[in-house]
Amino acid sequence: MAGKLQKIRSLEVDGITKRFPGVLACDSISLKVGENEVLALVGENGAGKTTLMNILMGLYQPDEGSIRINGQEVRFKTPNDAYAAGIGMVHQHFMLVPNMTVAENVALGAPDFHRFMRLDLAGARKRIQEISEKFSLPVQPDAYIWQLSVGEQQRVELVKTLCFGARFLILDEPTSALTPQETDELIVLLKRMSAEMSIVFISHKLAEVTAVSNKVAILRHGRVVFSGSTSEQTPASLAALMTGHEVNLPVNNCCEECGEEFFSVRNVRAKSDRGFYALDGIDFSIHKGEILGLAGVSGNGQRELAEVIAGLRSVESGSIGMPGFELTNKSPREIINSGLGYIPEDRNTEGIVPSFSIKENLVLKDFASDEFSAGPFLNLKKQEANAEKLKESFDIRCPSVATAAGSLSGGNIQKVILARELARNPKVLVAVYPTRGLDMGAEEFIHKSLLEMRARGTAILLISEELDEIMNLADRVAVIYKGKILKILPSHQATRRSLGLLMAGITENAPGAER
Amino acid sequence: MSILTFVSNVLSIGIPFSVALLLAALGEMFNQRAGIFNLGCEGIMAMGAFLGFIPAYFLQNSPLAGYANLLGVLAAGGAGILLGLLFALATVTFKAPQGIAGIGLQMLGWGTAGTLFRHFVGGVTGIPGLPSLPIPGLSKIPVLGPMLFSMNAMAYLAFLFVPVSYYLLFKTPWGLKIRAVGTYPRAADTMGINVTKTRYQALAMGGLLAGLAGAYLSLGQAKMFADDIVAGRGFIAVALVYFGRWHPAWILGGSLLFSIAQSFQLAIQVMGIKFPYEFAVMLPYVLVIVVLALTRSSAVRGPAELGKAYDREKRI
Ligand SMILES: Nc1ncnc2c1ncn2[C@@H]1O[C@H](COP(=O)(O)OP(=O)(O)OP(=O)(O)O)[C@@H](O)[C@H]1O
Ligand SMILES: [Mg+2]
Repeated sequence: MAGKLQKIRSLEVDGITKRFPGVLACDSISLKVGENEVLALVGENGAGKTTLMNILMGLYQPDEGSIRINGQEVRFKTPNDAYAAGIGMVHQHFMLVPNMTVAENVALGAPDFHRFMRLDLAGARKRIQEISEKFSLPVQPDAYIWQLSVGEQQRVELVKTLCFGARFLILDEPTSALTPQETDELIVLLKRMSAEMSIVFISHKLAEVTAVSNKVAILRHGRVVFSGSTSEQTPASLAALMTGHEVNLPVNNCCEECGEEFFSVRNVRAKSDRGFYALDGIDFSIHKGEILGLAGVSGNGQRELAEVIAGLRSVESGSIGMPGFELTNKSPREIINSGLGYIPEDRNTEGIVPSFSIKENLVLKDFASDEFSAGPFLNLKKQEANAEKLKESFDIRCPSVATAAGSLSGGNIQKVILARELARNPKVLVAVYPTRGLDMGAEEFIHKSLLEMRARGTAILLISEELDEIMNLADRVAVIYKGKILKILPSHQATRRSLGLLMAGITENAPGAER
Repeated sequence: MSILTFVSNVLSIGIPFSVALLLAALGEMFNQRAGIFNLGCEGIMAMGAFLGFIPAYFLQNSPLAGYANLLGVLAAGGAGILLGLLFALATVTFKAPQGIAGIGLQMLGWGTAGTLFRHFVGGVTGIPGLPSLPIPGLSKIPVLGPMLFSMNAMAYLAFLFVPVSYYLLFKTPWGLKIRAVGTYPRAADTMGINVTKTRYQALAMGGLLAGLAGAYLSLGQAKMFADDIVAGRGFIAVALVYFGRWHPAWILGGSLLFSIAQSFQLAIQVMGIKFPYEFAVMLPYVLVIVVLALTRSSAVRGPAELGKAYDREKRI
C-alpha cells in the first residue's frame, strides 16, 4: 500500500528499444518526466509513440532498456504492475467493453470492487461520481458504452483511468476524435489536473501541444530527435522539427471555376443502425472539379451519408446519381465500377482487410480486372509491381509490401487506402475524416492529393470535423445537423464562428452566414 | 387417450430429456462468453457418460453400491474439468484453431470412452441409475406433480443452476471478467485482467458441466452406457447457445423446446400415426435450424471475439 501513496516525482525511461518483426519501433529512447510536468510526445505516424507508452504500461516488454520511478528501477510485467505504481493510460483506441455499462467497466479493472461472489457496483458508481465531480467530467454510470458518442466515451476513459488511482497519466491521441469544443474543454481540464499529477500527452495537432505542455519531445523512426521546453516553440517550428522541412498546408484558392454539375444527392432519407432517420431529406450536388466540404459534429448523419453513397446502407427514399447512372440502392460493386472512390471512416474494418498484405489490399477493388489477373488466376507480378509503385509515390512506410496491412501504424493504413482509391482515378470521391489521427506530413500529403484530384476534374465530398481542413480545401461548405443540411455556402464566406454556430444547430442571426 | 394425457405424457418425458442438453449448453455458454468455441463438448459428454456409468457397474453388488452414483458424478465432473483444461492448453496457450481442436477433442473423448467400454465392460448392461426423488407434497399435484416434481436429484440441480449461472455471469467479478475477455480481450488486458487465466477458468467450468451432462445421460436418463449414447447432443448444445443468445434463460427455453419436440416425435411414433420415421427424427433438428435462421444476430450482446486467440503483442 505504501506504493499507492507515494508520489511520482520523476519517471525516466532509459535506452528503451523494442523490435517487432521487420520493424525497429523504439530505438534506444531516453526521456524524463518530472513532477507536475506535462510532456508532449509528438512524431509522425509509426514513430513509436504508442509502442513506448505500451511498454510503460507493462503491455509490451522492451527488448532493452529500463524504467525508473523516483530514481528506482521498476519492471512492469503486466498492466497491473503499472497501475500499482500509479500509472494510468487512455489508449489511442478505446479500451472499453461495449456491451457493459460504465460502472461495470470501472469495476472490471478495480479489484477493490471485487467482493467474494459479488460485484460492488454501488461502490463503483460512488467512485465514478466522486471523480466526475472532482474533475467536472460528467458521465452516466449506468449507460452502456455502445450507447455513448465518441466524445462521451473519451470522457469515460479518462474517468475510468482516474478511478483506478492514476497519479501519472498517459493520454495517447485523446483529441483525435473530439469536436473542437470538446478539445478545448479537455485542454483546460488537463491544465488543471497537472497541478496534481504528471501527464504525457500525445497528439498530432501541434496547436494543442503548445497550449497544454511545458516540455516536448519529438520522435522520428523510433528515436528522440528533439526534446526541450515548449515555451520556445511554435506550432510551425515544431512541424518543421518533426518533418525536417517547413510544412505549408496547401490551400484551395481557385474558387468558382467548377465544371458542370456531376454528382447529386436528392432528398435522401435513410435509417441509422438504431432505427431512427439518420438522414432526413439530404439534398446537395457537387460539380466536376469541385470539393464540397461537409462540416458537422460527428454523429449527425455523416457516417450514414457516406454509407448510402457507397451502397452499404439502403436508401428509404430519394435518389443519388451521376449523369447517366443512377446509384440509389445499387450494389457496392456496381457503384465502384461506375467510378466512385471511397475513403471510409473506420479504416481497420472497412478500408482494409487487416490480415491481407499491403499489396493485396492495394488491388482489393480490382483484383479481378484484366490488369491484375489472367483468366481465373491472379497476376502476382503485376500486383507486386503495382504495390511497389504506390508504396514509392505515397511514401507508405512498411518493412515490405508483403507485410500484413493491419500491423501498420494508423497513418500508413490511411495511405494504403488513399493510394488504392486515388490510383483508380475515380470520377467522384467520398472522403470521410481522411486525416483523422494523421501526422502533419501525412496531412499535407493528403491535402495535396485531394487538390490534385480536384484539378483533374474529380467531384469530391470531403466529410470532416476539422474546420481548418474544410476551409482550406473546400469550394463550398455544407453544414449537416441532425440528418439535414442546414446551409450550403461558398467557403470564402464561411468563418470558424459562423460554421461553429451552424454545427450547433443555430441558423438564425448567424453572423457571416447571410447570403 | 385424451389430449390432456397426451400432453402430459409428452411433457413428463420431454422435460427430463432437456437436462443433459441444458447442462452441456450452459457449459458451452461459459466457454463462448469467454471467447472460446468448444466443439469438443460431445467428446467430453461421452467421457462423462462412461465415467458416470463405471462405478455403478463395478460396485453394483458391493457394500459400496450406495456411493456408486456419487462417485460416478464426481469422476465425470473431474474428467470434464481435465478435458476442458486440455482444450484450453491447445487453444489458449498454443492458439490452435478452435474448430479443429474441438473436432479433435470430440474424437478423443468419444474414442476413449468407447474403447475403454469395450475393454472393461463389453456388452450393453443396465445399471440401477439415479433414483427419482419425488418432492413431498408438490409431486402430488395432479398433472404438474409427476411432470415437474418427480425427477432425480441431478435434474433439480441442473434447473437450479440456470439462475445460478445467470448470477455468476452477470453479478460476480468472475462473470464480468469472462464477458470482458470474450468481447474485448485487449481492453480487459489493459485493465489488468489475466486473459489467459480467465479463459482457462471458463473452459474448466464448461468442461465440468459437459462432464456432468454426460453422467446424467448414463446415470439419470438411459441407465446404461452405449458407444453412441451422446448421439449428437453435444453439437445440439453448441447450437442451443447461439439459439439462446448466450443467456441462461434463453438456453433453458431452447433446451426445453428441443427436448419436448423430441418427446412429441417419440409419442406420435408410439401412437402409430402414419408418418415417416425419418422425418419424425429430423423434426427437432429442423426446428433448431429454423429458429436459428430466424433469430437476428446481435453484435451488441454476444461475445464479439468468439473463436479468436488473443496475443498481447499482436496488432491484428
Ligand atoms: N504489435 C505490433 N506488431 C507489429 N508491428 C507493430 C506493432 N505495434 C507497432 N508496430 C510497428 O511499430 C512502429 C511504431 O508504431 P506505433 O504504433 O508505436 O506508432 P505511433 O507513433 O503511435 O503512430 P501513430 O501516430 O500512427 O499512432 C510502426 O511501424 C508499427 O507498424
Ligand atoms: Mg499511436
